[in-house]
Amino acid sequence: MSPNELPAREAMEFDVIIVGAGPAGLSAAIRLKQVAPECSVVIVEKGSEVGAHILSGAVIDPIGLDRLLPDWRNDSSHPLRQAVKTDRFYWLTKRRAVRLPNWFMPPLMSNHGNFVASLGDVCRWLATKAESLGVELYPGFAATEVLYGSRGEVRGVATGDMGVGKDGQPKPGFTRGIELRGKYTLFAEGARGSLTKAVIAKYALQQDRDPPKFGIGLKEVWQVPPEQHRAGLIQHTFGWPLDNHTGGGSFLYHWGDNLVSVGFVVHLNYHNPWISPFEELQRFKTHPLVRSTLAGGKRISYGARAITEGGWQSVPKLTFPGGALIGCAGGFVNVPRIKGSHNAMLSGILAAEKVAEALAASRANDELEAYEASWRTSDIGRDLRKVRNVKPLWSRFGTIIGVGLGGLDMWTNTLGFSLFGTLSHGKPDNQTLEPASKFKPIAYPKPDGKLTFDRLSSVFLSGTNHEADQPVHLHVADLESEKRIEHDVFAGPSNRYCPAGVYEWVGEGADLKLVINAQNCVHCKTCDIKDPAGNITWTAPQGGGGPNYTQM
Amino acid sequence: MKILVPVKRVVDANAHVRVKADGSGVDLSGVKMSINPFDEIAVEEATRLKEKGSAAEIVCVSIGPAEAAEVLRSAFAIGADRGQLVIGEGDLEPLAVAKILKAVIEKENPQLVILGKQAIDYDNDQTGQMLAGLLGWPQATFASNVTIEGDQVQVTREVDGGHQTVRLRLPAIITCDLRLNTPRFAALPSIMKAKKKPIEQKSVDSYGVDLKPRLQVLKLAEPPRRKAGIKVKSVTELLDKLRNEAGVI
Repeated sequence: MSPNELPAREAMEFDVIIVGAGPAGLSAAIRLKQVAPECSVVIVEKGSEVGAHILSGAVIDPIGLDRLLPDWRNDSSHPLRQAVKTDRFYWLTKRRAVRLPNWFMPPLMSNHGNFVASLGDVCRWLATKAESLGVELYPGFAATEVLYGSRGEVRGVATGDMGVGKDGQPKPGFTRGIELRGKYTLFAEGARGSLTKAVIAKYALQQDRDPPKFGIGLKEVWQVPPEQHRAGLIQHTFGWPLDNHTGGGSFLYHWGDNLVSVGFVVHLNYHNPWISPFEELQRFKTHPLVRSTLAGGKRISYGARAITEGGWQSVPKLTFPGGALIGCAGGFVNVPRIKGSHNAMLSGILAAEKVAEALAASRANDELEAYEASWRTSDIGRDLRKVRNVKPLWSRFGTIIGVGLGGLDMWTNTLGFSLFGTLSHGKPDNQTLEPASKFKPIAYPKPDGKLTFDRLSSVFLSGTNHEADQPVHLHVADLESEKRIEHDVFAGPSNRYCPAGVYEWVGEGADLKLVINAQNCVHCKTCDIKDPAGNITWTAPQGGGGPNYTQM
Repeated sequence: MKILVPVKRVVDANAHVRVKADGSGVDLSGVKMSINPFDEIAVEEATRLKEKGSAAEIVCVSIGPAEAAEVLRSAFAIGADRGQLVIGEGDLEPLAVAKILKAVIEKENPQLVILGKQAIDYDNDQTGQMLAGLLGWPQATFASNVTIEGDQVQVTREVDGGHQTVRLRLPAIITCDLRLNTPRFAALPSIMKAKKKPIEQKSVDSYGVDLKPRLQVLKLAEPPRRKAGIKVKSVTELLDKLRNEAGVI
């Protein structure tokens, strides 16, 4: 059945539609109802529940929460239970860990006053606040299409049809999606959102900006023996196991009931197609510094998510007729501080205030220029501007010199100037790979099943589940060029960058084909970013599918 | 005809749970909870009977914490009309649940009660049978097909080795199996309307029934990890291992 033979979609009207119940979307919804209680706000969320698709370190700077809910510390149900107590930074070699003194770090790097928590739990809690203010919140529904009006303005979104078979035909129980129409639509999909990507292209929002830049973050939550747990200790490293030309690093946070969140970020502008971010995390855990914390513990959760790293230079124009990008749909991660949820919340608040002003002036479906005009001079801009050269310096000069120069630049920016001006990020991440023949394949150690694991047992812990009989949600535009470029030149890096084992080249010669295990997908979006042939498009599968993260 | 469907709030079928470190129970912190899938099938079946004109009203009842209101809302989104929430903390055993349901039924007077055959948390498969016993009603368990015929109901049951078709006089108890139906996707407008349907709240203590547990949980443990297999070189070696190491032949 072709789309025009399907029954018409029912439409519903709201003042504001928000796509995605993460920190940005929930903050925007809460702020809207605080300043304009009578306006109607709906959030759709593709995860099976709020928090199911949220993954973050997370050390949380409470600046956003302080502004949104100033009294949050007196709320007995708030999830920020663990203050950061000890903050350590290490440079790793294969056997050694060199601690960098805290006074060496620019003051903006300090984590004093921050909290270790699960961002998913923070979102679940924010969702209860939003619902009690009258926000309509619908998890399990994926927005799959942007609705445009006759003047080319955004009019809302449509949710995906439910009950479509592998072959694209309706199955018994087929339920048509719904059109959510509104005066303003806020896209809060996180890094590389599928609708965000379409909107950025349609309105050329990336024009005159640097290309968007990304990293992939992989994370595990461990429960460790009490004697190895040091509540409130946070630890970051760079260096080993990555080589000097690959950016990235680790985080390790002690919190909760003997919990340790351990993770690894690899910048997606890496050159060597043999790199496997998943195996870098596994290998990292074997370092004496980390092994001593995790040994004897139990891994209870796993997940991965692309994060934005472009910051100041790469944030696209955030507004267009009828809507705006908030949170990491815009891209507000502060790379050296390794956090972004505070900016996500601040951007949601800022956009909501501008939407409320527009609604009060009886405007609709026009451009929220005041939002685009104000973020660079707001706390978000101040946070990102000081660190704008850290990632470009790292990319140009490698880890040893680049991180040093980045530190220097953060110091001078703290004093109000930069020796470098504003450096450019260079090429998009999918153009940075070099042919596989230039490198030797990396021999990663085999998993031991205790400290290190394989992909499939990891994906199991992410609780990932998709209805099996549905169309593949990962679209490869041109299989022939995928083979010629992705496989033949770069030796199939999708097999290694995918943290969930979705992509496999099987067979040989004329029988060679790309197998896509779409049901394993943890919705990290890395394939959409890194595919050297630029062929892969991530689209939202049937609502409710994907990981079911807990404590992430 | 009025149909009553009890629904339970359980750990979501896709969630991963862990046994608490001290073995005293299952760690449910932050774990997604949902309507018991078998109960969802029961609500779907009741809704289909209503859509066919065999039933006029569907009442759902849930016994559990205040959050169990969510599973009543899930049932409303499929097609139930109103709900009763009996609030009680802690795990109630099937007998206690059956006694409370009996009290609810005596007040509501449904002609048909459809339950899931079991809840996926404890897998007891007892509540429906106990309820039938307490009420003295006929029961058809493990239903894979249900047809109302006047004041009777014909039920196809999944039994060992095949199907058994039985006819019961109403009022009756039916517990449903997996193949009875596939619950619909609740559409967004139905979920919105579900927020407005009425839920009557009561406390478990208001029924004056004996809720005392009859069982004591001594310990919970995760199943032992499966050991890695080995490859044998020949049938002879396989037979040797089965005979001498595994001792199974």
